[in-house]
Order: sequence, then structure tokens, then C-alpha cells
Amino acid sequence: MTSGGIRRSVTAWAAAACASFGTAAWANPEPNQLNMTKGVSEWSPYALHMVGFWVCVVIGILVFGAMFVAMFRFRKSRGAVAEKWTHSTKLEIVWTVIPVIILIVLAKLATGGLTSFADTTGSEMTIKITGYQWKWRYDYVDYKGKGVDKVGFMSKLEESSDRTRQLKSNLDPAKIQVDGYNTYLLDVDKPLVVPVNTKIRFVIVGGDVIHSWWVPALGWKIDAIPGIANAAWTNIKEPGVYRGQCAELCGQDHGFMPIVVKAVPKAEFEQWLTTQQDEAKVQKAAQTAQTAPAPANQG
Amino acid sequence: MAHAATHDHHDHHGAPASFVQRWLLSTNHKDIGTLYLIFSLTMFFIGGAFAMVIRAELFKPGLQLVQPYFFNEMTTMHALVMIFGAIMPAFVGLANWMVPLMVGAPDMALPRMNNLSFWILPFAFIMLLSTLFMPGGGPAGGWTMYPPLSLQGESVAYVIFAIHLMGISSIMGAINIIATILNMRAPGMDLLKMPVFVWSWLITAFLLIAVMPVLAGAVTMLLTDKYFGTNFFNAAGGGDPVLYQHIFWFFGHPEVYIMILPAFGIISEIIPTFSRKPIFGYRAMVFAIASIAFLSFIVWAHHMFAVGLPMGAEIFFMYATMLIAVPTGVKVFNWVSTMWGGSMTFETPMLFSIAFVILFTIGGFSGLMLALAPADFQYHDTYFVVAHFHYVLVTGAAFSIMAAAYYWLPKWSGNMYSETWGKIHFWSSVISVNVLFFPQHFLGLAGMPRRIPDYNVAFANFNMISSIGGFWFGASQLIFLGVVVHCVYFSKKKAADRSWEGAKGLEWTVPSPAPHHTFDVPPVIHDDELAHGDTSH
Ligand code: HEM
Ligand SMILES: [Cu+2]
Ligand SMILES: [Cu+2]
Repeated sequence: MTSGGIRRSVTAWAAAACASFGTAAWANPEPNQLNMTKGVSEWSPYALHMVGFWVCVVIGILVFGAMFVAMFRFRKSRGAVAEKWTHSTKLEIVWTVIPVIILIVLAKLATGGLTSFADTTGSEMTIKITGYQWKWRYDYVDYKGKGVDKVGFMSKLEESSDRTRQLKSNLDPAKIQVDGYNTYLLDVDKPLVVPVNTKIRFVIVGGDVIHSWWVPALGWKIDAIPGIANAAWTNIKEPGVYRGQCAELCGQDHGFMPIVVKAVPKAEFEQWLTTQQDEAKVQKAAQTAQTAPAPANQG
Repeated sequence: MAHAATHDHHDHHGAPASFVQRWLLSTNHKDIGTLYLIFSLTMFFIGGAFAMVIRAELFKPGLQLVQPYFFNEMTTMHALVMIFGAIMPAFVGLANWMVPLMVGAPDMALPRMNNLSFWILPFAFIMLLSTLFMPGGGPAGGWTMYPPLSLQGESVAYVIFAIHLMGISSIMGAINIIATILNMRAPGMDLLKMPVFVWSWLITAFLLIAVMPVLAGAVTMLLTDKYFGTNFFNAAGGGDPVLYQHIFWFFGHPEVYIMILPAFGIISEIIPTFSRKPIFGYRAMVFAIASIAFLSFIVWAHHMFAVGLPMGAEIFFMYATMLIAVPTGVKVFNWVSTMWGGSMTFETPMLFSIAFVILFTIGGFSGLMLALAPADFQYHDTYFVVAHFHYVLVTGAAFSIMAAAYYWLPKWSGNMYSETWGKIHFWSSVISVNVLFFPQHFLGLAGMPRRIPDYNVAFANFNMISSIGGFWFGASQLIFLGVVVHCVYFSKKKAADRSWEGAKGLEWTVPSPAPHHTFDVPPVIHDDELAHGDTSH
């Protein structure tokens, strides 16, 4: 079952959920946000999360309800006299079997989510992500079946956040804003630029210690581990800027290595990629010119 | 064993008069139990002080008080001190005091080893805490100590040696408890007549023996990787950092059940007492504890859903984890059924037990959500997980310990504590703990990672609420200290032998305070006098 399937099968649940939690597909954390974002990718665990949540709410109401009734009715101060029974096989079977059935349903939904998450086939683009203490590196490996030449860069906490976050800087985190959103600790010098409506495969590794690459709007996190190449995919449906953070403790500046994904229309992305490739070529040419001037002179 | 049974022969009626004899050289289960409980309370306040530093720094965005590295030392130390210093020794202390009294034994089976297992602990923790004052600082890689990060620390060797000592202490304690329960029960106290608390400790002790050596192995490999050139977890040398996580969590998940099974036992003693009705489904309760213990060995990778396991492994560990919800549910339903049809009163131990049932269940609910692997891709390593494990550990394990303290203090001290102040402590704690931890669910879902010293402004309000709850909860525990000190030294109200109207079981047949030596002659067991009633039908 695809995540789309999950979504369809629980539309009613999700609708009820939206009614109580608002419907915005958040790209950034909102002040006082209560619930998980629905995300902007084809794959999202949001529906599963809501089903799990409502199952817990219903069971909670039943169990706690029974408890409160008991606490009210069977008080010694109201003259309650203790009964003597100590078990009831029928009841015990009921409350073993019903949870099992609920769990089977949950397990089926969750298994569908796992299967679709694991399926990285059919991707049109590959990006390699490397986690370092305390920044990310992005390398564009291929796009539409063609290798990408030397487009790669480091991405680290942007400078005004970095100044503000120093101990006793006396600078105000609330002042750091982009487009009306507070971006304190959630903005970088150079974002990862990707096309929308494209299945992108990520290959994720750790450069020194373990990090974890997490953008809530994409619906998952996955660890960046030295010596192991992890894979994950996304297919972003809406252009926008999506922010996240490293999610695995990686040392003193773990809290200060954000992630920014800028999703743009395909044409814009292709243009961006060409510029990057050209710049890389120019740089490479400049480097060769610098490092090998002697033979040129002799020739 | 013969030796154990006859020790202190010349001193039948009282404790040794000399302080050193009585406390440092003690072989008496009650005195050692007291030592464990005092030690645990001390650690609870030290670990709590670290938590106050954490919540103070997180009070608002920006770094106001501490450097990020020190913040990481605080989160790491807070967890190590609370887990190994506060919760586990408290349960061992309760076992020391109550297991012999509950099964009608004169003492623990191995009294000298009992002394050793306690006195190792202060040294282990002095060593652990001393790292905070060393030039390189304390451990800052999280209590899980994942390599390669944990190997960057300067205090690895100290921490690992401290953990080895704690492990040895726990294993000796566990052997002692098993030996006592299996060999020292009074005639007629069949296994299936034992109080649920004793059952829960018997099973917990087996868990301890099974997994503490695994932890010792994992940290020893860290040690050799750091100092002796091995490459168990070093990818560059052909090792695998994920291997550590498998070994650690093979210890770690049973460990979390080590911290909750004795709590199940305590609650199963207290709720029947104040409902004046035997526990519902005694056999099901025992069986549920045993099956939870078994399942706890095959779910470890639910802590690793985001490391990139093969899909088959994710599915297996997801199903196995969800399965634990069934016996856990049975326990909750049985506690509610015990209350149903009872004749309830609400003294402080009962209040803490009721809060336990509700709030532990909330922690179980978030556990069930975390078990759904695709959703855990979002929840993992966020404040949602922090909320989960504090609901099960603070309002679960720690509340059960407080309930136990109020329940058995009259037996230990011979005095009644102040019910008014006990209730003030309860209400203050139960409200503040929810102010503290409930908003953390929202923070996690909104995208706040755990173990960070600073955060985006969007997370500001709930963090401030959480910090206020934290200071309030911390302050409330000073009331607890006051109530205990008052009860032991100043209370004028003497406790009856059977301190609670509905209390049953052997521990209430001995005088209050329990004399230095009890059950020199094995008691006669009357089935209907047992806490859980007559289980023969
Ligand atoms: C219904 C029963 C439970 C289930 C299904 C469950 C499930 C889980 C899962 C899946 C995680 C991993 C979350 C993540 O890191 O993404 C977790 C974390 C944790 N759980 Fe539970 N849990 C249950 C009960 C308990 C109990 C009884 C305790 C302890 C008394 C406990 C203590 C913890 C702790 C300490 C962690 C975090 C460990 C860490 O990463 O530092 N859980 N639980
Ligand atoms: Cu990190
Ligand atoms: Cu676990």
C-alpha cells in the first residue's frame, strides 16, 4: 500500500484531525504549533500519526472514564462495601483480543508506509548528503540520468543567527526574520536547491560522527553514519523553503547545524544547475591556470 | 546459607550501637535498604539539580547561562544519575527492605554481598560526578554514549569504570534477590502466593543479570577502541558504529523495563490495599510481567528506526514492539478492575498510585505511537520522545517509588507521616509534572529536536511553560524531603502494626517500626491474609 493508499483509507480520520488542529501545511515551525506538519512530499506519515493518535484518545477516554466512575462510585466515604470477586475470564479475553485487533490494523497501515518509504526506485535525481561537525555538505550526483559535474557545497548556520547564539550575546533571536518568519537557528548560508515534482534519491553519510538529516516537511529523518550509505527519497509537491535541523547529538554545536531545502519549479532548477556547473568549470579552469603556469610559459 | 541465618547471633534484639558497625559494616537487610533509599534520594536531588540547569537554559531562546558543551554534559549526567543513581537503587532499596518481610525470610540470602553491592555505589558515583571538575569536562555524548562522538570525550575511562562498578553492584544485588526469593520463603509461601511486588522483582532480577554484562561489554569495547587501538566501532578501521547501537539497546530496552516492572509490583500492592479488595487477575498480572520481560529482549531496534535498517528488520521490530502494548494494557485494565467494586479511600500512597495508572498509560500511548516506524521517522530524537520517556519514568517509575515510600514509611519508621503535607506534595507534583512534560509533546511534533541548548523562537512559549513546570516540580520535591524527615524524626503519631486498614500481607504482621530482626521463626501463612487474596480458585 502506498502512503496515498493510507491517506485514502483514513480520510475520515484525517479530516476529523484537521478540524481540531488546523489545516495549514507548515513549512516552518509555527509559534504554538501543536501537531505534526502534514508535509509537502508525496510520502507522509501524517495520516498514520493521526490514526495512532485517535486510537490512543479513544482508548484513553474509555479507560480513564472507567477509572473516574470507579473513583466516584466506589468510595468508602459514600458507604461502598468492597466486593469479593477477583477475576473474570470473559472480560480478560475481551480486553486482550480487542487491542490485538486494533494493533493488527495499525500494523497494516504502518507496514504500507514502510514499504513505500523503502522504495527508492524510479528516482530522477541523486543528491549525496554528508554530515560534518557542524555543517552539511551537498553534492549533486546525477539529474535525469546524466551525471552532474562538480556541483557541491557546504551549507552552514547563517551568520546573524551564529552571532546571536553566542553565550550572552545580548542579541535578540526574535529579530532574525525572513519573509515574516522567524528563522533563528533555522537558516543557512547556502540552501539545498531541488526541483519540485521530481523523485529525488538521497544518499546520506557521516563525515566524522553520526548526524541525522531531518526536514519535517519531507516526513522523515535518517542518520548520517560514518562508513554507511543510507538512502531515502522525496518528491516535493509545492515550491517553497523547508527548514529542518540535525537530529542526532553530534557534539557541542549539534543545535546549530540547520538544514534548508529550497524547492523550485523544474525550469528554474535546471537554470540554477547550469549556472552552478558553469561556475564550477570556471573555477576549475582558474585553478589549472594557477597551478600549471610554468609549462605554459615554456610552450 | 547456614552462616547467613545465624549471623549476629548475640544481638537478637537490637542493632549494633556503633555507627561504623551499624552502617558501614551492615549486613542487615533493613539497614542496607535504608542506605539504598537515602543514596537514591541524594542522587535524585543531584540529578534534579542538573535538570534545573537544563530547564533554566531552555527557559527562553538564546544562550543565557551555559556553553553548549556544558549543556551536553548536563543532559548526559542528568540521565546517568537519574537512571543508575536514583531509580534503580531506589527499587533495590525497596526490595531489600520489603522482599524478606513479604516472603517471611529473616534476611537476604547473601548479607555480606548485600553490603558490598551497596557500598560500591557511592564510589562509582563519586567517580562519575568528579569528571565534571576535570579539565576535559564530564561525558557529553548522551547517556547512550554512541561512538564515534562519545570517544571524543576526555572522561571516557572514568565513566566506563563507573559503569562497570554500577553493573557489578546491580548484578550482585540481583543474584541476592533471586537467591532470597527462591530459597528463603517461609514454608507455605508458594511461588504463586507471593505478592506481585516480589514476583516483579524476581523477574526484574533475571533481566538485570541478563543485560548488565551486555552493557559492560559494549562500554569495554568503547574503552579499547579509544585507548587500545581496536576498531569495533570505527568505520575507518573496518568496524561499524551501528553495531554499538545494537549492543547498547539490547541492554537498553530491557533496562527501561528494569525501571518499570518493580513499579508495576508496587502499584499492585497499593491499589488493593486502598480499594479494600484483592488484586484483580493475580495470575494474569504475573503472567503479564513475565511476557513483558520476555518481549523486552526482542524489541531493541525500535530505538534505531532512523539508522537505516533493512525493511524486514524495521517490520519485525515494529510488530514486536506493538505486541508489548497487549500485556501492558492487561495490567492497566486489571488495576482499574481492582478499583471497580472496591471501597476506596485516597491516602497519599493511593493518590500517587492512581496518578501512576493514568500518567504511565499516557506514556504508554506515546510509546505505541513511537512504535509505528514510519511515524517514528518524524518523532525520533525529538521532544516527543523526551515527553514519552518522562511520562513512563517520572510519573511512572518515580511516582511509584514515592507511593511506596508513603505506603511503607510507617512500617520503616514506626511513625505516620503528615497526611496533609503528603497530599500537598502529591497535588503540587502531579500538576507541575504535567505542566513540565505535556507541552513537550507539542514541541516534538512541531519539530524541536532533543538534546539542543537553544531553539527557534517558534518553540519559545511551550519551552517557557515547560521550564516553569520544571522549577515548580523540582521545588515540590523539597516538600517530599520535609515530609520524610518530619515523619522519621518528629512525628508524634505512632503507626499501628497494620498501618492501613485494608493492608494485607506478612509485612504488616510485624511491629512498626519493624524490629532489627524479623521472622527468626518462620511465620505461618494464612491464604486469606495474603495481599492478593486466596488465589487457589
Ligand atoms: C507500551 C510500552 C512502550 C512502548 C511501545 C515504547 C516504545 C518506545 C519507542 C519506540 C522508543 C524509541 C523512540 C525513539 O527514540 O524514536 C522509546 C523510547 C524510550 N522509552 Fe519507551 N516504550 C514503552 C514503554 C516504556 C517504558 C515502560 C519505559 C521506562 C520505564 C520506557 C522508556 C523509554 C526511554 C528511556 C526511551 C528513550 C531512550 C533514549 O533514546 O534515550 N518506555 N519507547
Ligand atoms: Cu547533530
Ligand atoms: Cu525501548
